[in-house]
Amino acid sequence: MPITPKVVKEHGLTAGEYRNILKILGRKPTYTELGIFSVMWSEHCSYKTSKPLLKGFPTRGPQVLQGPGENAGVVDIGGGFGVCFKIESHNHPSAIEPYQGAATGVGGILRDVFTMGARPIACLDSLRFGDPKDPHVRNLIKGVVAGIGGYGNCVGIPTVAGETVFDDVYRENCLVNAMAVGLLRADRIARGTASGLGNPIIYIGSTTGRDGIHGATFASVELSEQSGERRSAVQVADPFMEKLLLEATLELVASGLLVGIQDMGAAGLTSSSVEMAFRGGAGAEIDVSLVPKRESGMAPYEVMLSESQERMLLVARKGKEKGVLKILEKWGLHAAVVGRVTGDGRHKVFEGGRLVSSIPVKPLADDHHPLFPRAHRPEKRPAYLAKTRAFKLRSVPEPKDYGEAFWKLWSGPNLAGKGWIWRQYDHMVRTNTLVLPGSDAALLRVKENGSAIALAVDGNGRYCYLDPFVGGMIAVAEAARNVAMSGARPLACTDCLNFGNPEDPEIMWQFHQAVKGMAEAAQALGTPVVSGNVSLYNESPRRAVDPTPVVGVLGLLKPVQGRLRWASQWFQRGGDAVYLAGETREELGGSEYLARLHGLKAGQPPALDLRREKALQEFVIRAVGRGLLASAHDLADGGLLAALAESCVRGARRGSPALGARVALAGSIRMDALLFGESQSRALLSCRPGDSAALESLARRLRVPLKRLGEVGGSSLRVEASAPGRQVRLDLPVSEVENVHDKAFPSLMGEESL
Amino acid sequence: MRFSVLTFPGSNCDHDCWHALKNVLRQKVDLVWHKEARLPQGTDCVVVPGGFSYGDYLRCGAIARFSPVMAAVRAHAGRGGLVIGICNGFQILTESGLLPGALLRNRSLKFLCETVHLRVENASTPFSRLARGGRVLAVPIAHGEGNYTCDAETLRHLEDRGQVVFRYCEEDGAVTPRANPNGSLENIAGIVNQAGNVLGMMPHPERVCETEMGGTDGRLIFESMLDALTAKG
Amino acid sequence: MILAKIHVTLKKSVLDPQGVAISEALHSMGYPHVESARLGKYLELRLDDRGRSKNELQAQVKDMCERLLANTVIEHYEFELQAIPS
Repeated sequence: MPITPKVVKEHGLTAGEYRNILKILGRKPTYTELGIFSVMWSEHCSYKTSKPLLKGFPTRGPQVLQGPGENAGVVDIGGGFGVCFKIESHNHPSAIEPYQGAATGVGGILRDVFTMGARPIACLDSLRFGDPKDPHVRNLIKGVVAGIGGYGNCVGIPTVAGETVFDDVYRENCLVNAMAVGLLRADRIARGTASGLGNPIIYIGSTTGRDGIHGATFASVELSEQSGERRSAVQVADPFMEKLLLEATLELVASGLLVGIQDMGAAGLTSSSVEMAFRGGAGAEIDVSLVPKRESGMAPYEVMLSESQERMLLVARKGKEKGVLKILEKWGLHAAVVGRVTGDGRHKVFEGGRLVSSIPVKPLADDHHPLFPRAHRPEKRPAYLAKTRAFKLRSVPEPKDYGEAFWKLWSGPNLAGKGWIWRQYDHMVRTNTLVLPGSDAALLRVKENGSAIALAVDGNGRYCYLDPFVGGMIAVAEAARNVAMSGARPLACTDCLNFGNPEDPEIMWQFHQAVKGMAEAAQALGTPVVSGNVSLYNESPRRAVDPTPVVGVLGLLKPVQGRLRWASQWFQRGGDAVYLAGETREELGGSEYLARLHGLKAGQPPALDLRREKALQEFVIRAVGRGLLASAHDLADGGLLAALAESCVRGARRGSPALGARVALAGSIRMDALLFGESQSRALLSCRPGDSAALESLARRLRVPLKRLGEVGGSSLRVEASAPGRQVRLDLPVSEVENVHDKAFPSLMGEESL
Repeated sequence: MRFSVLTFPGSNCDHDCWHALKNVLRQKVDLVWHKEARLPQGTDCVVVPGGFSYGDYLRCGAIARFSPVMAAVRAHAGRGGLVIGICNGFQILTESGLLPGALLRNRSLKFLCETVHLRVENASTPFSRLARGGRVLAVPIAHGEGNYTCDAETLRHLEDRGQVVFRYCEEDGAVTPRANPNGSLENIAGIVNQAGNVLGMMPHPERVCETEMGGTDGRLIFESMLDALTAKG
Repeated sequence: MILAKIHVTLKKSVLDPQGVAISEALHSMGYPHVESARLGKYLELRLDDRGRSKNELQAQVKDMCERLLANTVIEHYEFELQAIPS
């Protein structure tokens, strides 16, 4: 095909980038070369917009065994073991074909983890949709949830935690972020590198078809009316193949026969071979005629750009091919030697004897190379902020009936229990899940070293819309806080940055601010960013999504005298004392209360003081470690009243009846802020009466404000609250609180009546 | 006692069964690859674990039944040896004809993972002999196709001969439609063959063998098997 | 070359929850006259018929259905053989 300006444009390359291609090659590119440049330089693979900004993230620490730059990050959890984890988006594919899009998202992130030599032990998900009552959205939710479950369940990896938020801004662009977590021996980390002159490059897994060609470029454009017609770009998941690949890969890594291994993800054979050669400081030759194909007549261009799923690329030690093939054969996997490592620093593609592409590796993959694309995008403070910040709380009337206000919030999609979702996920397989889904963080025992890890994922698009810097900080702080509530110490985080079109200066400003806020919080809380993913162009012709950075945090719970002590968010016993740690201010900006009861997305999100945040987390971690706490729950959407109700309802394990509580609240702020405000760095705690004194003294020592609110017990949640000029008494029967919690979401999905 | 836990391509509860038997119940356990034509010498009991053997492609358990090891399992069962099939293992046993009936898609069409209650209907089998009849066990399920079905005559035989071992029930033991998570016939959760030495059940006893996993009711099933084997000498 | 076209459906006596869901969806889409829907599987096998009679192939496909492709406890199958260019 002749390379015309139109063809260049269709490949998503700018005129400047094309000029650089001419400089690099010293001639016009072949069609295959143009394809290779276009995917390697796409936003999705090159991070040309985001990379300069991401350099602000802290990435080091004594606990970090592998930071960003590999398939996934790795953190030390002691006893010679490490935990490998990463989060990734699959937003566009899921918007077009929800089941397959979500399933292949899980497949991709699992491969990132097991290619590091880690056995996957858990998945998490972070989802954003429009209103679940909308039939279109409902179908998306059903498909995405079934797809995530269908994949993880089949491979046998428990999906243990997640978050799902509903807001109209995600109607056309749902967000589907999947996180995978794996366990490995710290001295056995595998890496995606190709080195050793003449070492064979081996292809394993599914055959290559025409599916997903230009998926990477596709992820870098907005969704439009025509997107439905690009369905051919959607790949189909084969979790059974993945399970075989997983087992074979772990056996191969343990065998020591490999030099490097990498998943063929976005941009398939192209990015995997280029990146491996780059990391190994080598060159690579691939012969597409040797690649196993499922369709006939595929051009080299198509083979190199296919994104068929469940494929991996290995570099074996020369002469060890037989050993590799024997392991693959045991798992019934087909393999083919498709090329070799070379010493000339070039990435060459042959079709049989014919050379169809020859490009130096560095400008394709090295962001320090002078000709590597850089997108310097202008930034502008968004105009809408003038309006949202002019918001005055006094313009909002307080609810006449706080009981009614509570039920409206409680039955809304964001506070509704998400059992409908996580019951479709096998969250118990591998028999490690100590705290099941529904609490602030999942907790998994690590049989191998006697410790446990806590996992949580969090993000708040509304806060980030109103103030991306503060919203970014809160995303990190809240995910870490969730982990700390279980008693685990946050170790590191992974992030998925979901934004609109960065060519819009206002979006670029949001992105930059959010990243700065995240970096500051990650630094202050001692949780370096070890892996991550950026998803831009999350917008339709109608609108962009709210800026939605999503943060996954890993925490470590060490045994104390051979015993693990942890907490969940649920009250444990009648008679326990109920406490509120932290300070409540008159903060309702960006709250769920304003959004759901007043239809407002306005004001400033709650302020975050990182020093106080750190102190609160330290307090809860120590209190849990000393066995002082029966429950610990982060205050978030819906504020104190929602947190109280959430601690009353029972979790997935329902041995005994639900517990009520009796609390008295007093404040010098508005009643709605007292009950529903979302001030940061707060936790709702319960403890045995005999532990009260020790808890209070620990709080004093760590300078954490701690207030006794009342006690656990009875069959209803009874609240007596006083604020200036207003007294409120609520008596919420716990059976009804739990019933609404359980049934509100199925009812919104049109499946069960409330 | 010696257990053989089978591993098919796509099995994923094999290690969980291995862990429960080996580390919790302190038994001898071998993981047996599906291509083996023989079970390890001295196998007392075969565990066909859960998972998605062969991706559950075509039908759950349909392809696994042709694995070489299944001929050995059939011979073991024929000699009166104990066999327990859990979840996908139950599906493999019905597909193999070692147990009657079949398992269909859940009535809700959704995969479902949650703790359910099981009423012990027959406490004289090798899998339930340590329970009192009517005892209620809390055991998790995790499946998309656990909706047991069989024809009317088979059902009559199962009921008459006490082959229904576990039924889904409420916490208090009442067998109600509400307690049925998948639409299975007569709330059936587990059955034995006529000889009583082969059990298939959808719930996962291996997931509730340790207190920190939320309960130990699953141990009762494995301990019943140990008791039966000891009694047999 | 022979193409075996095989249809496998749940027996009439077995409740087909997917079929029920499909007919309900069609009703809500404005096709109330859909009386029922049943979902099944369709398989295509390409068979090399060199040196094999049609009767022999017929018997083999029946065997394949009985042994693997259908579970006759719950499923019903039917098939046809069609000559196609190799």
